Amino acid sequence: MNALLVICGLSIVSLLAEIANFKKWLTAIAIIGLLVATATLALEWNGEVETYFSHMLVFDNVALAFTGLIAVVSILWFWMASDYFQAQPQHRTERTSLVIFAIVGAILMASYNNMAMLFLGIEILSLSLYVLAGSNKESLLSIEAAFKYFLMGSFATGFLLMGIALLYGATGSFDIGTIALFITEHNHALPSFFYAGVLLLLVGLAFKISAVPFHFWAPDVYGGAPTTVTAFMSTVVKIGALAAFYRMFSIGLVGTYSTWSTILMVITVLTLVLPNITAVYQSHVKRILAYSSVGHVGYILLAFTADPTASSGVIFYYLASYAVSSIAAFSVLHLVEGNSESITIEYFNGLFKRNPLLAVGLTIALLSLAGIPPFPGFFGKYMVFALAIAKGYTPLVIVAVVTSLIGVYYYFRVIIAMYFQAPQQATPLPVSGSQRALTFVLIVLSFVLGIFPDAVLSLIQ
Amino acid sequence: MFITIFLVFFPLLVALLLFAFKPAQAKMLALVASIVELAVSLYLAVVFPKTDLAQYVVDIPWVRAFGLHFAVGIDGISLLLVLLTTLLVPFIILSSFNRTIEKASTFYGLILVMQMALIGVFCALDGLLFYLFWEVALIPIYFICLIWGGEDRGRITFKFFVYTLAGSLFMLVALVYVYFQTPGTHTFAIQALYDAGRALPVYEQGLIFWAMFVAFAIKMPVFPFHTWQPDTYTVAPTQGTMLLSGIMLKMGIYGVIRWLLPLVPAGVEAWGFTAVVLSVIGIIYASCIAIVQKDFKRLIAYSSVAHVGLISAGAFTLSTIGVQGAMIQMLSHGIVVFALFYIVDIISQRTQTRTLSALGGIRTVAPVLTTVFVIVMLGSVALPFTSGFVGEFLLINSVFQYHGVLGAVAGLTIILGAVYMLRTFQQSMSGETNTVTAGFADLTGQEKLVLYPIVLLILVIGIYPAPLLEISEPAVASLLKIYSNLSASVK
Repeated sequence: MNALLVICGLSIVSLLAEIANFKKWLTAIAIIGLLVATATLALEWNGEVETYFSHMLVFDNVALAFTGLIAVVSILWFWMASDYFQAQPQHRTERTSLVIFAIVGAILMASYNNMAMLFLGIEILSLSLYVLAGSNKESLLSIEAAFKYFLMGSFATGFLLMGIALLYGATGSFDIGTIALFITEHNHALPSFFYAGVLLLLVGLAFKISAVPFHFWAPDVYGGAPTTVTAFMSTVVKIGALAAFYRMFSIGLVGTYSTWSTILMVITVLTLVLPNITAVYQSHVKRILAYSSVGHVGYILLAFTADPTASSGVIFYYLASYAVSSIAAFSVLHLVEGNSESITIEYFNGLFKRNPLLAVGLTIALLSLAGIPPFPGFFGKYMVFALAIAKGYTPLVIVAVVTSLIGVYYYFRVIIAMYFQAPQQATPLPVSGSQRALTFVLIVLSFVLGIFPDAVLSLIQ
Repeated sequence: MFITIFLVFFPLLVALLLFAFKPAQAKMLALVASIVELAVSLYLAVVFPKTDLAQYVVDIPWVRAFGLHFAVGIDGISLLLVLLTTLLVPFIILSSFNRTIEKASTFYGLILVMQMALIGVFCALDGLLFYLFWEVALIPIYFICLIWGGEDRGRITFKFFVYTLAGSLFMLVALVYVYFQTPGTHTFAIQALYDAGRALPVYEQGLIFWAMFVAFAIKMPVFPFHTWQPDTYTVAPTQGTMLLSGIMLKMGIYGVIRWLLPLVPAGVEAWGFTAVVLSVIGIIYASCIAIVQKDFKRLIAYSSVAHVGLISAGAFTLSTIGVQGAMIQMLSHGIVVFALFYIVDIISQRTQTRTLSALGGIRTVAPVLTTVFVIVMLGSVALPFTSGFVGEFLLINSVFQYHGVLGAVAGLTIILGAVYMLRTFQQSMSGETNTVTAGFADLTGQEKLVLYPIVLLILVIGIYPAPLLEISEPAVASLLKIYSNLSASVK
């Protein structure tokens, strides 16, 4: 809870930066603030579970862990984006505070205990993101992305609200604990509109986590938004959305598992197959990463479908490894891209010669995303597969194995370009010391996550 | 106990250190490190007790969440392959000294990482750990081929990568499936996996057999999973080809002996015949292609497919002589194929061509090279008193006992091998010198340093193979105990 307050305060402080004229320290302040927030989380760890605002928020260990992940990934993101804020100084304070507000929204989504709070969290997150996606005002693509995101997002919110309303109508409560209790008590006498509400909620949240077939906004928005914003959307936002999804269906609606499990299984298979195949045909790297990020949701959903109550550790580890690899991939993408708007695979030609460190960093990130050991992405996938096999979902695992092989194809297109193709510009690619340090830290983080997965897993189990 | 940890991680440690050194120092350091590794493993071979149990076992829990242990140990089977690895790596490093290599620190670092993964594969006593090392071995060799390889390597090495990855993912699914059959809190410990796998119904054992056999068959490669291999061997840099053919393909055969035969015996009994037939088809098929090859390196690549087919057939006969033949032939094949690829490399560096018809007459200008080539070639066609003879004799014998017709067909490998090797010799070495080969210089001191010990080994193993056979015999006999009823009925 203290972390949430610290981060809220941080966003207000960053709004003041324009007036009080400490703009150039803003990124540093944000990072320090997030570090403080992480520290307060560590202090609350394993303490008494407390609820706040009339049980609307709850910080149990799962919520604390996801909040911590959001905070740590945000720190990495600010580090990565520091030179983006320097290169485009206009509206720096507004953009920074919008990002921090979005983080607040994501934390609410990870720790809500009441559907009203879920809605608030989603809206705080989304409204900030609509603006951020269009923050490159000169770019038509960026404006298009913002507009599409806004339209699709409002549409999804409509579904979500309708679902919440129906659930409230049936159970008389917004509290997910009360709803769960209601389901067990009235197991065979639930009104039919309750089930309609569950399905509407499923659709609304599926939009937010960009599960197929509710994913079609994702590639355009990811591709059009400024690269740093895309990095933010595919990491912090995704963690928040999946945490919200997990909370809703594992705590609130697990009693109606039989209603939504088949639908979720279909969604899972589609989310595994479709984006991975589509990504093969993309030539723009940002779109490849967009589809890949949709595909990774499929693996997480596979774990969730297999075991909705005991999969939190697996999902958490998967998201942590995915976030580290994604930040690494986007940080290199951002540097390679320069000022151009759309970045194709040819941009990466000969990167190993132009800047070996970046090439190695990106290689490790892509190998991890592709699920090659000893990188954390492998252990994430491994745990998903093992969980699903243990629960008797072996056919789905075979599908997932095949799609992860397809995934190897498009990740390796970039790797092959980096090592094999002759560079388009023979000049070395200079990067700042801070970016080099970030790449190095991300490489180390990848190895640590991969070699000591227990450290992360023990957080939740 | 400490010695296994050292064998596995010393190369990795040196690989990380290499980046702090300049290229010239890096290659010397890599060579010294690999020689130290060889010395340690030779010491191990000398003091190794004659027992079927794994020695120097280390068992440290690694990831409690999914029962992964860092469990390594060495028995006779492991030891022979560890010896092969530690023996070849210094020669592979030394064989690169006749050229300048771009980004040398990375190159030698990757070779040493590869060595770590290979030794890990041969020592792992935990199913998941075996899989991890198996996959990790793929990364360095992929980048060695991608960065330093020849023309069109992007496409070819990618095919290689996806092929092998696809196979091993199904192996992973099979291992995890067996893992969940282990009692209590599940474990990947090898004996527990054996027990769980043997308890499965025949149908499921068959499925697991195929999931794992495909992974191993791709690695070896066995017909019809071999299509990645000739292209990759041809396009890889010489040291990459040596690693691939000399050591890495043995991972597949080792996998069969250690992780397939004892794991699902009923599955092996149901499908083993198919595996032998595929292997024998591979022998004939690859030999016939080798006969018509024009490219020297490609020819050796196909000959490798043929030899490996025989090893695989022998292993699947489930008899002690078959598996023992496979063990000794793995060693011999590793040494011989390394020497062959090195000779190809020497010739193509001096003449800038690998086309056999463009060569000729090297015998008159380079007698030392020719003599070495003759001995290596005889080792390859399994002439008595060369290392190849011991293995091929045991293998053909075992296949013949297993099934007379298959044995007769497999025996053709010796004739076909002689056809393509002698033709190669005739085209490259005999005849008149031409413009390409006229200025051919004989072996330099450095090249002799690599080839003489290898030639010596080929002869020594051929004349006195008993010590090597004794190392692996107890372990092989114990692994095959489960099949004793079967082999009794065959005899």
